Amino acid sequence: MSTTTNSPTADELRSRAASIRGRNLQMVQAAGLGHPGGDLSAADIVTTLYFSVLNVDPENPEAPGRDRYIQSKGHASGVLYTALAQRGFIPEALLDEYMAEGSPLNGHPDRNKVAGVETNTGPLGHGMPVAVGCALAAKLDGASWRTYVLTGDGELQEGSNWEAFMSAAHYDLDNLVVIVDRNRLQQGARTEDTNGLDPLDDKLAAFGWAVREIDGNSVDELLDTFAAVPFVPGKPSAIIANTKKGRGVSFMEDRVEWHHKVPTPEQVEQALTELSA
Amino acid sequence: MSDLYDCREAFQRTLVELAADDERIVAVVNDSTGSSKLGAFGKAYPDRLINVGIAEQNMVGVGAGLANGGKVPFVSAASPFLTGRALEQIKADVAYSNTNVKLCGQSPGLAYGELGPTHHSIEDLAWMRAIANLTVVVPADPIETEQVIRWAASTVGPVFIRISRMPVPAVHDDDYVFEPGVATRLRDGSDVTLVTCGVLVSRALEAADRLAEEGISARVLNVPTIRPLDRDALLAAATETGGIVTAEEATVHGGLGGAVAELLSTEHPTPMRILGVPGVFAPTGSTDALLTRFGLTAEGMAGAARDLVQARVAA
Repeated sequence: MSTTTNSPTADELRSRAASIRGRNLQMVQAAGLGHPGGDLSAADIVTTLYFSVLNVDPENPEAPGRDRYIQSKGHASGVLYTALAQRGFIPEALLDEYMAEGSPLNGHPDRNKVAGVETNTGPLGHGMPVAVGCALAAKLDGASWRTYVLTGDGELQEGSNWEAFMSAAHYDLDNLVVIVDRNRLQQGARTEDTNGLDPLDDKLAAFGWAVREIDGNSVDELLDTFAAVPFVPGKPSAIIANTKKGRGVSFMEDRVEWHHKVPTPEQVEQALTELSA
Repeated sequence: MSDLYDCREAFQRTLVELAADDERIVAVVNDSTGSSKLGAFGKAYPDRLINVGIAEQNMVGVGAGLANGGKVPFVSAASPFLTGRALEQIKADVAYSNTNVKLCGQSPGLAYGELGPTHHSIEDLAWMRAIANLTVVVPADPIETEQVIRWAASTVGPVFIRISRMPVPAVHDDDYVFEPGVATRLRDGSDVTLVTCGVLVSRALEAADRLAEEGISARVLNVPTIRPLDRDALLAAATETGGIVTAEEATVHGGLGGAVAELLSTEHPTPMRILGVPGVFAPTGSTDALLTRFGLTAEGMAGAARDLVQARVAA
């Protein structure tokens, strides 16, 4: 089963997500670099996974039977590193070195430098194929661990994802879960004004996936949905997680410029006030 | 005429044999079971032959994921598509991520001569050699192919193995043991050195025979590992023979010749000739015809060696 030893309540997860968001923004501000919009849209998903769903052990990050979490949207390294730190995989003090010269915390995650990272992402469309390989390995071994992959929505414009979606269904990988962070914004504009993805649910269903669409910033919905995996035995599970880019901070929400804009110290203060409210 | 061998046979035979004792070994293909000669593997281990269809990016990513899950994947596909289509996956998912993936580039170089430049894989050595943390190996005959596959299966880390389909004679003895990064001196010589790999090694030996008849003593170095290069063997060849001819079934830009030139130009400048496809898209034609056209023959190598020796005498 994919559970951690101590299951926090939904309220505790919400509080954890707020803490991760705040620390994440401080980190981006200190580094002068980052992708805070996509960090914050994914924060509830990443928090729910690391603190309630994933069977992972910071003391033994490479345990063969661990669940695999693959963050295909590697540019959202801020939320990944913050979650890994708060979950005990890396020292919290290391977050002060985000993207500093020679730091293990590259702008995009490196599994050889950061415990808990499964594969090096950054170029888009890489996570899904790797996740399919992980899920196949588990199937070959008759093992019960699961693979979870988080993709951006814009990144689904990369064709490699669809190659992997086909494979996952072909191999009946019901031990594989994709969560699409559907914030509807990519770097330069809205996804639907760039290279539209809708109807995404129908597309994924046509590729052989069991699809659920939820509020991806709702911890309650995330918990319920992860508990229902696999949605259909014999099929891979897709969660279209409708989110807001910059979620949780009023002046950042759903604004394209926060894809990689860096907040000022004053803006971080305001964000922390809003997040603690 | 000595017997000729298709190195893919040694590849598949060895893989089937290793897989019997090592459950972690799997093969990943892109509808390339036949061209990779993996039919017997699939028969013996149907669940462990993963055919992702015509999807090279997915194929390499799946290989990386299988390695993450503890498998030892041999990802096998025609080299132009494996290295060209999935280049970023090879860089990020395999080499940079440091996953235990064995990339097997089949039918490389000019093997698909008649099919035209889309299917010629003359860039693969340059592309693969430019990627950090990726060992690049080009076996010359079935004995070396078997050795390389055994080594790759038993060693943790990313590797690219370029496996030819062109029938070649055996150039190694049965007791040959491949070591990564080690070149083998197949013929001693003092006037010039022929540096080759893969299907051209037997032709280099023939070139050395011709040169010997003319009184030119040519050393022959088989350099199966393009990266990392055997610096000692190459610096010794440069120092002791004073001239280097490289020959490869690839573009002259960035492959074996490029690697040797980078080394020698900085550490021991030495006159060189670099034989290969000279920066053009090759015309259609049989492999043999194209190798001949670009001087990748015993006579082509002997001619280049003669040039070097005569230039030295004239100087």
